[in-house]
Amino acid sequence: MPLEIGLAHYLAVAAALFTIGVFGIFVNRKNIIIILMSIELVLLSVNINLVAFSSFLGNIEGQIFALFVLTVAAAEAAVGLAILVTYFRNRGDIAVEDLNLMKG
Amino acid sequence: MEAELAARLVADLAWVRPELLLVGFVLIGTLVGAWGGDRSAGVLSGGAVLVLIIAAALSFGQHPEAPLPVFNGALAIDGYGAFAKGVIGLAAAATLLLGADRFARSNARRFEFPLLVALSAIGMFVMASANDLITLYVGLELQSLAAYVLAAFRRDDARSSEAGLKYFVLGALASGLLLYGASLIYGFTGSVRFDLIAQAAPSGGIGLVFGLVFLICGLAFKLSAAPFHMWTPDVYEGAPTPVTAFFAAAPKLAAVALLARVLLGPFGELTDQWRQVIMALAAFSLVIGAFIALAQTNIKRLMAYSSIHNVGFALMALAAGGAQGASAALVYMTIYLPTTIGIFAGILAMRRDGEDVETIDDLSGLATRKPWLAMLLTALMFSVAGIPPLAGFLGKYVTITAAIGAGLWPLAVIAVVATVVSAGYYLNLIKVMWVNPPAAPLMPTGPTVALTAGAATLLVFPGLVIAFGWITQAATTAALTSFP
Repeated sequence: MPLEIGLAHYLAVAAALFTIGVFGIFVNRKNIIIILMSIELVLLSVNINLVAFSSFLGNIEGQIFALFVLTVAAAEAAVGLAILVTYFRNRGDIAVEDLNLMKG
Repeated sequence: MEAELAARLVADLAWVRPELLLVGFVLIGTLVGAWGGDRSAGVLSGGAVLVLIIAAALSFGQHPEAPLPVFNGALAIDGYGAFAKGVIGLAAAATLLLGADRFARSNARRFEFPLLVALSAIGMFVMASANDLITLYVGLELQSLAAYVLAAFRRDDARSSEAGLKYFVLGALASGLLLYGASLIYGFTGSVRFDLIAQAAPSGGIGLVFGLVFLICGLAFKLSAAPFHMWTPDVYEGAPTPVTAFFAAAPKLAAVALLARVLLGPFGELTDQWRQVIMALAAFSLVIGAFIALAQTNIKRLMAYSSIHNVGFALMALAAGGAQGASAALVYMTIYLPTTIGIFAGILAMRRDGEDVETIDDLSGLATRKPWLAMLLTALMFSVAGIPPLAGFLGKYVTITAAIGAGLWPLAVIAVVATVVSAGYYLNLIKVMWVNPPAAPLMPTGPTVALTAGAATLLVFPGLVIAFGWITQAATTAALTSFP
């Protein structure tokens, strides 16, 4: 009997991706680029959720929302990379553990 | 049919005149800046201040009898949003004035600064009148993206870039949490529109509550409510001081207004589910903001914890729920904003060897060096500490009354105790200014910062105290017509 892929499967994949993304931000101790990739992963998991719900509800709003998320994510990545470039110019390094000029 | 829709959309444009004005200014300003370079910074700063004040006045002028959905329900024009937008516009204009003056004095003028502040203000205006999840997200991101760039504004300064980077990473994570919550809310109610969510909310089940908690966590990040506050001290310290002043004022009110709108609009029926979460956030913010601030030696970090503490009061009012809580939160933030802007104007007025004063020790003996400034700062500190008869006391009074009115006794007690603790560090600052031996001489102050600090002090006492009845009434009417 073929496995029927239902809404729950999509939601499970999205939840897994979301968790991987959040852990990627907190556990990763090496490189800020990896943090940027984890952020994209979180946003993509949201998009899977939105499109899956949209398809199963027969309601177009979720797909419109997903398009907005994609657009804003692109703008966010552009701003993030620009800030990263100024940071690299000042410090000559983008290791996460060097992100410690301010503490307390 | 289509002609009718087009006519309605055109008619709706009249309700978003404040936003349209700001958008038009930013579009033209970008061209002017690209053409004239940093020489046009002065003109653009003046223009942005003017446009923000006009936008605030236009917003204050809008008060429809009932919430008016425009653009097919994407935005709602109502009294609460109009009040919040007016205060946001004025606060953004004041901080922009401070920043433009400060950057001009240190020859670090850039035309991007007024444009980024104006862009951020557009985002805040959209947040204050968001009526569906998409508008909420887009408004929040517009505000945040401009803020990330502002935090990293001193491109040659390592601390500023680090502040921008930290703000960006944690802000993006917060957006992710918020979006995940929004997607669950959409999935379990079948709509992104607040009015339709409100209809479906009572039968939403556990999935909807899950989404709501994620959404609240994302907003708490933006609001810098504890335990989601860890970015705040670092960003406040690393960002250039005028930018910190901007962060501490208008975006806080916008986030409080947005939270009130989300909690009381679509989730008004679920008050029992979200009240616990908001109460926990309020209690953490009040306590952490009061106790950890005691150990700070940097004024900007101290102000960061002070803002966390003050956000706790607004959250406490929201936890009380209903129109009364929403109006108390609005009154509290309306009083807090001029106080914090005044304190930052005072900090900006103190410069030594071309650098901003940053540590508490630098304030030593300010009363001998600059008695007027010391007096203004003392009045503002007394106000934010909540000492009567200054306006800050009235703000604390309405929020605590709202909490007690809703039966939240434990939270009200925590608030009072935390206020007493927080008075400890405000009074310490006053003691350092008046009693300690004077530190090295300060550079002369420009008229703008002195005027802003003076105006803020006059607002704190007697301005807002006299206008208190009027403000409370306006906020209550606004909340009652917006959240029936």
